[in-house]
Amino acid sequence: MKTKRKKLIAWFDERIPLRDLVEFMGKKYVPVHRGSVWYYFGGVSLFLFIIQVVTGILLLLYYKGSEQLAWESIQFIMSKVQFGWLIRSVHSWAANLFILSVFIHMFSVFFERSYRKPREITWLTGMLMLFLAMGFGFSGYLLPWNELAFFATKVGTDIAGVLPVIGKPVMIFLRGGEDVTGATLSRFFGFHVAVFPGLFTVLLGIHLFLVQRQGMSEPLGGENSSDRGVMPFFPNFMLRDLLLWLIVLNVLAILAVFFPWELGRKADAFASAPAGIRPEWYFLFMFQTLKFFPPQVLVVDGEVLGILLFGLAGLLWMFVPFWDRKSSRGESNRTVIYVGIFVVIYIIVFTILGWVL
Amino acid sequence: MNADVDVAGADRGKRDFLKYVMGAGLVAWIASVIYPLVSYLKPPRQAEVEVTSIRVGKLADIAKDSGTIVRFGNKPVILIRTPNGQLQAFSAVCTHLDCTVQYKKDLGVIWCACHNGKYDLTGRNIAGPPPRPLQEYKVILQGEEVHISKPT
Repeated sequence: MKTKRKKLIAWFDERIPLRDLVEFMGKKYVPVHRGSVWYYFGGVSLFLFIIQVVTGILLLLYYKGSEQLAWESIQFIMSKVQFGWLIRSVHSWAANLFILSVFIHMFSVFFERSYRKPREITWLTGMLMLFLAMGFGFSGYLLPWNELAFFATKVGTDIAGVLPVIGKPVMIFLRGGEDVTGATLSRFFGFHVAVFPGLFTVLLGIHLFLVQRQGMSEPLGGENSSDRGVMPFFPNFMLRDLLLWLIVLNVLAILAVFFPWELGRKADAFASAPAGIRPEWYFLFMFQTLKFFPPQVLVVDGEVLGILLFGLAGLLWMFVPFWDRKSSRGESNRTVIYVGIFVVIYIIVFTILGWVL
Repeated sequence: MNADVDVAGADRGKRDFLKYVMGAGLVAWIASVIYPLVSYLKPPRQAEVEVTSIRVGKLADIAKDSGTIVRFGNKPVILIRTPNGQLQAFSAVCTHLDCTVQYKKDLGVIWCACHNGKYDLTGRNIAGPPPRPLQEYKVILQGEEVHISKPT
């Protein structure tokens, strides 16, 4: 048995030099310091993405992406297909946990300022994946074609439409016409299961390659990091990673079983928007801000201003490695920390307001 | 010496000419690939039946102090009968972000659930984010029959 296995390994090693790879992995270390716990959220995000790919493919076996059949096909999955309710609820819950985990990952990287030289590209690919994750959420939300999704999509795409000059063509491109109809559903379905996964996989490949190539980032002002040394990635860190993945899977199962995802009422273009309508929680802080904007600020429409401000803030955030020069030089930069704290507090307060109001 | 320079100059001229031809060819080729793709992404305009007027029903069937969404072509229109029996119709599309409004009995206003926009019963935006009043439609009574028609 053992010789057989050795022979097999030798067969591969002769063709693809595996030993180099094993040696490389053997030299992979994870720094141990008070912030080490944050390293896990990248892995958790990856795990949740894998769950989404698997459950997404399973849902594709029964889902029908059309105005007449979408809602009915999900009803069929939830009620007739064996364990269909489980797969769909896991997909919905994992989507939410994925966004949460990605946000935690992003903020921990931000506060550790791990985006600094030489990891600017890792940060940029990460931010693009975060935007894509929100795109996944927004497009996937419409696919059950229920009332909430219908109006959320109307509002979301209309927001794109208020942008000056490019707004209207972008809105028509997204909706597949002037209004949210079955054409919108077809487009969103395509984005959700083909365009976004393709882009995401490429970005994820670059992101992971860079993490392997450059190793884990260490906290700024390295003296407090080296005192607790390092931990080998294989097997110490990987086993911890896997244990956490197992816990996440259990949490998912518990959520899916005890809090199955609702289907809601089928979308009707000739019904009023139901009371209490609100977007997914990760859009709430933006939604709430728009609610507070007056209709008109000087000559500009309130929402145009709001959207432009959010766009600008997003861009500034994304390009932080390029304007935060101090961190790249290894100095501490209080401004960045204050900006980060402000953003976290803003998001939390406005999300809560969005829930309560 | 002079002849050499001329030859080199002529060569360069030929080469430049080829460069322009190839460059223009490349641009034309790229355009011929991009153009159909971009055109494909633009949804075609579908012919819509132009609706100018619809019949809603009998006046007796419309309760006082109520609002209903009716289908006007492919647009929703809200028909309101005020507490004192007056009929009024507006486009039900909120001028803020495209949601569909509803009649809120307890407040006596037209209300949009999406962002808490409010309009009074003449369609004027009175609270919340809507930037403009609702578009008004004409309500016509022909005997007992209620008709709604597009504003002219």
